Amino acid sequence: MIGGSQGSGLNVSAEIFAKALCRSGYYVFGQIEYHSNIKGKHSAYRLRISDEPVASHVDPVHLLCSLDEETLIGDLYHEYPAHRGHVHEVAAGGAILYDVEQKKTAELIERRDIYLWEMPYAELLDRALTEAGKPGQARAYRIMTNTLALGASVGALGFDFEPVAQAICDSFGGKAGKVAELNVNAAKYAYEYAREKFSKELKFALPPAPPKREQIMVKGTQAVGMAKIQAGCGLQTYYPISPATDESVYLEGYQSEHNLVVLQTEDEVSAIDAAVMGAHGGVRTSTSTSGPGFALMPEGIGFGAITEAPGPVVLLYQRGGPSTGLPTRQEQGDLLFALNAGQGDIPRIVMAPGDIEECFYDTFDAFNYADRYQLPVIVLVDKHMASCYQTLPPFKTSHLKIDRGLVKPANTNGDYQRYAFTKDGLSPRSVPGQAGGIFWSTSDEHDPRGHITEGIGNRLAMMEKRMGKVGMAAREIPDGKKYRFFGPAAPKKIPVLAVCWGSTKGAMHDALQRFDPHHSRYAALHIRMMRPFPVEAVKEILGRAERVVCLDGNYSGQLAQLIRAETGICVQHQAVKYDGRPFSEEEIIVALEAAKAGAAERLVISQGKVVVPGNGNEEFDEMLELREAHPKMLAPMVPLPPGYNR
Amino acid sequence: MSTTTTDLKTLQAQDFKSDVHNDWCPGCGDFGVVAAVQMALAKLQVPPHRAAIISGIGCAGKTAHYMQAYSFHTLHGRVMPSVTAMKLANHDLTVIGVGGDGDAYGIGAGHFVAGGRRNLNITYVVMNNDVYALTKGQASPTIAKGQKTKSMSEPSIMDAINPVLLALACGYTFVARGYALDTKYLSEIIAQAIQHRGSALVDVLQTCPTYNDLHTKGFYAGQVEGQPRLYRLDQTGYDPIVHNADDPLEIAQKKAQALLKTQEPGGRIPLGVYYKLDTATYEDHLKAKIPGLQEKPLAELDLYHRDITPNLKELM
Repeated sequence: MIGGSQGSGLNVSAEIFAKALCRSGYYVFGQIEYHSNIKGKHSAYRLRISDEPVASHVDPVHLLCSLDEETLIGDLYHEYPAHRGHVHEVAAGGAILYDVEQKKTAELIERRDIYLWEMPYAELLDRALTEAGKPGQARAYRIMTNTLALGASVGALGFDFEPVAQAICDSFGGKAGKVAELNVNAAKYAYEYAREKFSKELKFALPPAPPKREQIMVKGTQAVGMAKIQAGCGLQTYYPISPATDESVYLEGYQSEHNLVVLQTEDEVSAIDAAVMGAHGGVRTSTSTSGPGFALMPEGIGFGAITEAPGPVVLLYQRGGPSTGLPTRQEQGDLLFALNAGQGDIPRIVMAPGDIEECFYDTFDAFNYADRYQLPVIVLVDKHMASCYQTLPPFKTSHLKIDRGLVKPANTNGDYQRYAFTKDGLSPRSVPGQAGGIFWSTSDEHDPRGHITEGIGNRLAMMEKRMGKVGMAAREIPDGKKYRFFGPAAPKKIPVLAVCWGSTKGAMHDALQRFDPHHSRYAALHIRMMRPFPVEAVKEILGRAERVVCLDGNYSGQLAQLIRAETGICVQHQAVKYDGRPFSEEEIIVALEAAKAGAAERLVISQGKVVVPGNGNEEFDEMLELREAHPKMLAPMVPLPPGYNR
Repeated sequence: MSTTTTDLKTLQAQDFKSDVHNDWCPGCGDFGVVAAVQMALAKLQVPPHRAAIISGIGCAGKTAHYMQAYSFHTLHGRVMPSVTAMKLANHDLTVIGVGGDGDAYGIGAGHFVAGGRRNLNITYVVMNNDVYALTKGQASPTIAKGQKTKSMSEPSIMDAINPVLLALACGYTFVARGYALDTKYLSEIIAQAIQHRGSALVDVLQTCPTYNDLHTKGFYAGQVEGQPRLYRLDQTGYDPIVHNADDPLEIAQKKAQALLKTQEPGGRIPLGVYYKLDTATYEDHLKAKIPGLQEKPLAELDLYHRDITPNLKELM
């Protein structure tokens, strides 16, 4: 883990290291926690490095690289601190690398089961600067500390420097310019220092690298963006919002290359309406947003549905709610919202990919569903999936087929009816500009030609036509795209079944791999299609389980509610997590063990354990004593201590 | 202007009329507006299938159903986002937005602003009768402070919006005003708006015989200080055109001149083009960065055989 203040470049350092590891054959999972802030607030980046595929982060930290005091002791200068640093997360035998300038703070650390390693960053930086003809300027180049910290981390772990040097150069656009050279040198001095002094001591050495193979290091927003390109999306609309914006920014970078229009709108109302009308206009369209933006979209979703627009595909990146909530933190709180947003009964498809790979394939499929069933498709992702990096084999595209659905043949005249009643409810659609295809479309209830009517018989038929398309999707979309079951085949009983959805899949999968690979105690069901819901399969699997625990990244157990609504089954245990952080591998096990032991119906999971939410400050009690003991240094709401890196 | 004339037949206004029964109140000003749009399209010989009519909600919203063209009756206030996307999907279509004053300047005001900033090559016709008629005559954003129609329970205590000034502030490059009951001249203004390369606003003064007893046919036909209340700008030597688009001073002067024309002493109301600036459109900027659009509209490009190999390589 590398921790520091936002704007200090710690994510760049972590990603450079991850890239070097990826190229060397390691499997990497990167997870970042950050504040809704540009500069100054605390951020921490975890890299999990393995010789086997990994899809989640773990709680224990084996090497903590601290860029500032806050990483060590938290933000105790606040009356209500937000965190207590990361020292308590370091595993016994682990180590902390910190700048010698943090010495005084590091002395407060009472743990004797970990290594505390001091790095003379300023001195090492000065050496690199002197070599570059800039002696004595270490203070002015202090911003480079993140690069030195990168070098120190790599050195302490005993990893090779060469791939890191290459990745540093790549981060400067691949150019071997003076700046890149200075950064490489600075990193190298720190690398050599740490390697020489510390690498032999650390108990958690890197495993030997697996054989090199082609792999990408990709995050969720990039996977979704690539899927949209692959699917032929022509118009992406968006209004900036965390954590969805990265995807639109990614696509903006490819407008020329792929003939893709990215439209930044004045608000999310406009974003959804433009996406609906673009779909009517003959283009595959999409929009990406988060909860607060989606809250402005139900109107447009209803409009798309009643006018049977072939789309759009809406990417909903969930974050902590309600309202502005936790803008940069994890939550799976919009499941029921996505299913129900809008007035009246709205036919829609709601998908929830479980990992970055599924983000790619599900987003691709979403465009086919939108075209085939002529309805809005919502793809639920979340902050965790959006910002995590994972090493994966490059996405395979040769088998992907684009299905644009029923299109009215060109240049046929006659009495064309855009909303003609057909056997399966699908009416061939024409595209504005097409001769003989003129149609009318309205947000009012309408007749087959698209004109307003309030007639009773027509109303019944049109509702059946529109809503029936969801049933059709239920029949046509294969089970393999709706859920995945990790456990014994029927009719074998399942002692404890964990059910989860969305990005919890990664932690669930890794937890089972690590603790119960043969499913002797635990099985898991990951649900990926929320509407149409795989009712029969879920009933069958839940029916075989002696105990079911539903893992939900929200307060109210929304998946459990959905399961009950769709199947009538009431799960025995709900493990909910709404602390703004994703489930870790350990937390899955904690929840399953608690359920197995017959714990309460509702378990609140946080910081690696089952907790009883209290007054919000208890985790700081111990630290507050520290604050009292060092009032000058850690007094609340006073000017920051000298040398405090802000 | 981007139309393709494939039909040898000379198009008449009648060819843009759908066979749907019109349920506007007898004497409604909306009839004049829809007729003027049909006449303008006929004048420009735009084939009906090459035109997209996008309307909002309310009485004005029903316009879409009365047009023979690709017609979308969308949501209250959302004309501009829909117009924008239709034009982006196919820049060869003639795209016309139609909405009421509440639609454009009230609930859709944010979109109205953005529409001006973008300067897409579209036309927005706003039927301005000072009331929300379909909900039985509440005050709209264009009713002035102190005014009370017979449908209102008390006089307005809010100021009215000035649509011309708002459009100028937002960046519409063609700003005009017409009168619904002078259908012929209105159709000429709308035709000029369609021909204009850029975002064009035509604010149409209009009567609501059912709810607005202030701004009636008689009011508009009346006199102010011995002169007709309504008169044509083009008959006064007024020059709305910015001749040097690179001269910010001229742009400011022409905008100031247009603003003054909305505040005639005595309350005379000029009709016609208030302001016109020819400058790069949103489509021009898009074409400069997206090569495919120079060849074909977005909806006609083959976007379905893309290769993401370079995207994947970047992540290795």
